[in-house]
Amino acid sequence: MFPAVDARQVHKHYGSLHALDGVDLRIEQGEFFGLLGPNGAGKTTLINLLAGLALPDGGHISVLGHDVVKQYRDSRRLLGVVPQELVFDPFFTVRETLRLQSGYFGLRRNDAWIDEVMHHLDLTDKADTNMRRLSGGMKRRVLVAQALVHKPPVIVLDEPTAGVDVELRQTMWRFIQQLNRDGHTVLLTTHYLEEAEALCGRIAMLKRGQVVALDSTKNLLSSIAGCRVRLKLTDALPVTLLPQLVEQSGENYLLALPSFHALETVLAELRLAGVTVQEMALLQPDLEDVFLRVMGRSC
Amino acid sequence: MLSFYTLFYKETLRVQKVAFQTLLAPILTSLLYLLIFSHVLEQHVEVYPGVRYTAFLIPGLVMMSVLQNAFANSSSSLIQSKITGNIVFVLLAPIAYGEFFAAYVLASVVRGLAVGMGVYLAALWFAQPPLQFPLWIILFAVLGSALLGSLGVVAGIWAEKFDQLAGFQNFIIMPLTFLSGVFYSIHSLPVFWQELSRYNPFFYMIDGFRYGFFGASDISPWFSLAVVGGCLLVMTGFTLALLRSGYKLRG
Repeated sequence: MFPAVDARQVHKHYGSLHALDGVDLRIEQGEFFGLLGPNGAGKTTLINLLAGLALPDGGHISVLGHDVVKQYRDSRRLLGVVPQELVFDPFFTVRETLRLQSGYFGLRRNDAWIDEVMHHLDLTDKADTNMRRLSGGMKRRVLVAQALVHKPPVIVLDEPTAGVDVELRQTMWRFIQQLNRDGHTVLLTTHYLEEAEALCGRIAMLKRGQVVALDSTKNLLSSIAGCRVRLKLTDALPVTLLPQLVEQSGENYLLALPSFHALETVLAELRLAGVTVQEMALLQPDLEDVFLRVMGRSC
Repeated sequence: MLSFYTLFYKETLRVQKVAFQTLLAPILTSLLYLLIFSHVLEQHVEVYPGVRYTAFLIPGLVMMSVLQNAFANSSSSLIQSKITGNIVFVLLAPIAYGEFFAAYVLASVVRGLAVGMGVYLAALWFAQPPLQFPLWIILFAVLGSALLGSLGVVAGIWAEKFDQLAGFQNFIIMPLTFLSGVFYSIHSLPVFWQELSRYNPFFYMIDGFRYGFFGASDISPWFSLAVVGGCLLVMTGFTLALLRSGYKLRG
């Protein structure tokens, strides 16, 4: 069985910038895969190469076994890409836009699926509205619909929820998760790490054009040993606990603990120093901690 | 094939949606040329014996409209799509570069012919040039608009802003069309300018097109056909190579 996406030693230069520096990435069919990284890490460049919007300087990328350069028509038929930029064609209505996009992919009578996609994305009421008259959120929904008109087995979402409201995010993720359950592979880039943590089974982190972490979300989270505790104290933190201090704001302290059991020691130290705990919250590590650690480590 | 047809249909639908700008405005402009030039020169110029100047002028103006609008169609559509970013929808689709080329050029031919037909029908109110060889008329109109449609694809891909495209239009297309014998026969020019006109492919398009009306021309229509056909072949090859390389479309 071919992987959904297979990138091997992919290089891309823009002038003196080495935007992708030997990227190897294999995404299996049916995965919900996250591609994370700071701005300029190469996420969109990788997606552009995958989609044929740019050509690689070295290496190979294939979609379900079809090379994106040599067999570009086959690979593009298998891909549905939601671009990062909020772009639209101002001449057409929503339905016209979706019919045209179907035609580009060789689908003649596609109205039943177009209606279903519009229904899932709450676009039915806007079917005959010109694209210019839609709000930003609605335009974003149409972008998602355009990427799905040909029922692509591999769906690529490049920052799909940037600047959109909670309602759209929920609507969209419900639909995308349904598609993923039905067997579609999903590749997501996002700045919302909580979204990636909640949705993605595996995650790759890119930095300066290189993959610096690649593992299941579960493994990445468990790679951060220990936990954190947030405390509100009546007095200053005892000196003995200063090595564990991560952050302080007034009488609020955030401490990093090597394990859950170390909490007992912290409380004992506080008791010994005569400091009373007014509030306490235990925090589990999240993807943001992993992200910051990976990005910091690979500087 | 459906990808090609859809892109072609999208391009023609776009023309219809802004018909005031894409069809009616150029027809009106050409009629204003006709009104003014025929009024000023009707009594003073006789290019072919027994043919009124206004009748002589009509085929030239029709072909000029065909050529300019064919160029405007592909070039303006492409640069708008590039600047607004919606070209991405076409680039993401499994459309072969040959289909891309054919769709934009054919849409340019359709708009060129639609404007040309509009100018011709409206101009009949001023004068009725004969129709000696309609097939030559159709042949030169189609080949000429395809050539300019292809040139428009190149200009639309090359230009990164409207300013550059306007430069292409005003400094290349306009001078070549105006200096091609739309308003005169090149035999009325000094020898130097006559010789120079022979290096202008637009001259052969206008002259061959006019032959279809009057059965008379400055140069053999077969020679004009060879020049226009040759230019179209070279331009097609160049444009296809450009599209295949992804120049300025696929970074």
